[in-house]
Amino acid sequence: MTPGPATATPVNPAPVLELADVSISYSGIVPAVVGVDLMVMPGEIVGIIGESGSGKSTLAHSVLGLLPDSAQISGKTLSLNGIDMLGASEQAMRQLRGPAAAMIFQNPMTTFSPMHKLGRQLMDLLWRERGLSNKEKRQKILKALQDVGLPDPAARLEAYPFQLSGGMLQRVAIAAALLMRPSLLVADEPTTALDVTMEAQILHLMHEIRRNAGVSILMISHHLGVIAEICDRVAVMYAGRIVEEGPVDVIFADPRHPYTKALFACEPALIETGATRLPVIGGEVPRPVRIGCGFAGRCPQVLECCCNATPPWVAVGAGNVSHFSRCHRSAP
Amino acid sequence: MMRETALIEANNLSVAVPRSSRWFPSRKPDLDILVDVSVAVKPGEIVCMVGESGSGKTTFGRALLGLVRPSAGQIVFDGTPLPDFSPPSFKRIRREASLLFQDPVTSFDPRQRIASILAEPRRIARSGSVARSEIEELARKAGLVSPLLSKFPHALSGGQARRAAVARALSVVPRLIVADEPTAGLDVSVQGGVLNLFLDIREEFRTSFLIITHNLSIARHVSDRIVILYLGRVLESGPAREIFRAPRHPYTRALLDSEPIPNPAKRREAPPVIGEVPGLAARPSGCEFHTRCAFAQDRCRHERPLQTAISAEHEVACHYPLTPRLTVVGPPPQRLPKTANR
Amino acid sequence: MAVIGIDTNPLQSQTREPGWLRRSGRVVSDIFHTPLGGIGITLVVLILVVAVFAQWIAPYNPTAISVKERLAGPSFTHLLGTDQLGRDLFSRVIVGTQTAMMVAISALSIALVAALPLGLIAGYGPRWLDAALILVFDSLSSLPMIMLGLAIVVLLGPGIPTVILVIVLYSVPSYARLVRTQTLSLKSRDFIKAEQAMNASTPRILFNHLLPNVIGPLLILACLDISTVITLEAGLSFLGLGVKPQVPSWGNILSDGFSVIRSTALPVIAGGAPLILATIGFTFFGEALRDALDPKLARERKP
Repeated sequence: MTPGPATATPVNPAPVLELADVSISYSGIVPAVVGVDLMVMPGEIVGIIGESGSGKSTLAHSVLGLLPDSAQISGKTLSLNGIDMLGASEQAMRQLRGPAAAMIFQNPMTTFSPMHKLGRQLMDLLWRERGLSNKEKRQKILKALQDVGLPDPAARLEAYPFQLSGGMLQRVAIAAALLMRPSLLVADEPTTALDVTMEAQILHLMHEIRRNAGVSILMISHHLGVIAEICDRVAVMYAGRIVEEGPVDVIFADPRHPYTKALFACEPALIETGATRLPVIGGEVPRPVRIGCGFAGRCPQVLECCCNATPPWVAVGAGNVSHFSRCHRSAP
Repeated sequence: MMRETALIEANNLSVAVPRSSRWFPSRKPDLDILVDVSVAVKPGEIVCMVGESGSGKTTFGRALLGLVRPSAGQIVFDGTPLPDFSPPSFKRIRREASLLFQDPVTSFDPRQRIASILAEPRRIARSGSVARSEIEELARKAGLVSPLLSKFPHALSGGQARRAAVARALSVVPRLIVADEPTAGLDVSVQGGVLNLFLDIREEFRTSFLIITHNLSIARHVSDRIVILYLGRVLESGPAREIFRAPRHPYTRALLDSEPIPNPAKRREAPPVIGEVPGLAARPSGCEFHTRCAFAQDRCRHERPLQTAISAEHEVACHYPLTPRLTVVGPPPQRLPKTANR
Repeated sequence: MAVIGIDTNPLQSQTREPGWLRRSGRVVSDIFHTPLGGIGITLVVLILVVAVFAQWIAPYNPTAISVKERLAGPSFTHLLGTDQLGRDLFSRVIVGTQTAMMVAISALSIALVAALPLGLIAGYGPRWLDAALILVFDSLSSLPMIMLGLAIVVLLGPGIPTVILVIVLYSVPSYARLVRTQTLSLKSRDFIKAEQAMNASTPRILFNHLLPNVIGPLLILACLDISTVITLEAGLSFLGLGVKPQVPSWGNILSDGFSVIRSTALPVIAGGAPLILATIGFTFFGEALRDALDPKLARERKP
């Protein structure tokens, strides 16, 4: 397994999404995301894995400016296609949403308005394309629905959302996102609400759209299997911080951060059958902390400095593999 | 199946929902949620019932305790069959069995505190102490710290609520625990704790478990036996080790292969099964899985396969069961790296 | 309910008292924090205090007739003047508050007590019973209020018990319907299913689990209804169908005032203003209470 194209040549192309030192807090006091650096290259699938409370969803929503008003973002850079979004007005954000980035949500049932036919909702998404006639728009939508493998797309245009299954609606949601030709697709747990046989199909579809449409994908999931299945690069989030990042095969083969190790140890699919008890990480996920390491309270290898100094972001990869970890133990 | 030793046994249990009202009868046939499901759980055994949405697995768990009224079949508890499916008949089972709901918070009275919720089964059964110290002891057994006892259900985290539900089940020591998706909504780092708790309970009280889940990797670790449900019918049932090593029904195989493997080196080239579960209202003819089955023959479209014993405890409902030899252990062949062919 | 074991620790028998106190304290402060709620609670407290202490506040006997002073204007001796029989209007308004509250609160309490079991049975009981009860509720609420009142007054004669009976007959169907709807939605919830799976008896489910969960919305509805009931009582009295003419009530003050409205509007204002204030007060209070007790809003406030 070779890493994605972007990681192989990290300097040349401009990143689709770039986050530098981004912090998000609610009501100005409750931190949710602390000092996150992340880059998504064209055509790359980057996974963010984390448990509930890790801030992964907040991070995903911030990319599209979908955070509630009580959230405050600060940091050096948050740019989509090279356009800075930290100072952008709501007006400018609306221009970016769609052509720059689109989102797929966890529950496809709530993605669409229950009161309108799917065809009309998809038509509305093409409001930007004023040059197109309704007939041309319809053709375009049918093509998009075909591309995502929806059976009998013409009939689905006349259907209401509740008439479709979750798996089909998720396909329509992906088609809807792609209609706007985004450079980045943010997928927030897109398969969590689906059955396992449908999950496999949707993951396969996401692979295909990356290959055919060349879109980059930021994949948010708590499911190690999903991340391993489709991502080129993965960032592990814990208590609001990215604690480890690297090519997916490297991270899965050789996790370096104690949290990543513990998380992998808990994954039932990775444990040999016959274990009498399943491993757990003791304690609860803490609130994100601005100083120190969020995992210190549960870490088996905790050091004295873990609580009062934020661990440095250090390269741990062999050779020129871009594998980073945020742990005092890996600091030189 | 060893009938004589089963703690609870469902024989050809069916649940059907009438679709026409009594006063305005129509020709619509009843909607079959469960059809002829036979499952037996022995004392101290953990049986996992696995299925996708629409398989009727939740209904089965509820039907065992009479929360959903079965329309046909028989339930045998402790060797004695229930005379009928009226609420009083289920009293005997309800006394000795507990049901863990998929969402534990909704299964608690929102106006009761956790301590009171845990004492509820003892109050109902009028047995056991509800003194604070006893309730604290009960909570401790399930891994709940005592400050949580004075909280209201909605103030608990997912894992805590799950443990509270288990503690309530332990309040009057049950001989059977029916757990509906016991790890749904729990983080990977927490779900192991709940399952370990099940294993501890089994060790201490020899409690039987019927775990209803869609999560195969969970089933692989804790279950002694597996029952695979599809559209309300049992497609395959047997010892967990055997089924995971060599599934005989193509659907079981497809389910096992669909589970994403947390190993980037073992990616799949194509989804193992396409299409989706047909609706209960539009059941396919013959073998109900034939619409999605890669091995379907003409016979599968017309003739429903019967449960056939493959070994002493392993049954499969398929005309052309997979042979163990053909089954590759582990996932299908490795895919080429995505980026290599760009 | 068998509570086994000796309660020595106050925390032991799931004491709700501290929680209730703390929570009701929070509810009151929440009501005060909205401007309308503040107005509402102030008016409600004022009205209740006046109603309780009416006999001490009223400077004169509200039924004492003094023909010499009839239709006197406001003065220091008679703050609001007098009516056509020379009775002190201020005293009549104050004691009228007592009448209004007594009628409203007793009528609503009786209605609540009657509606709760009826609604619970309709919602949780067998379907035929539900259908029968719904038929009764619907027939009752389809009768025009005034006709119902007239019929009962003709049968029983005017007076406070009659007014209470009319109000009870009028409000029981709507309260019972609310309880029934709440019960129906609660009964399919998992926690009721869980109780059934634990072998809980029907009375236990009804009174320990359903009742506490339906009573909150019901009390709020009753609070919003107090204003309607006060107007109802005044309306019946105005038409001469309510309390006896000599008993001071807002409706009687209005009714008496109308006959002299060409010479002075004061009695009408004196009878109408408290009616309007009470309506505003209880409506605002009820709405603020509903917002403060809303579980969704309450959940956002951290415990």
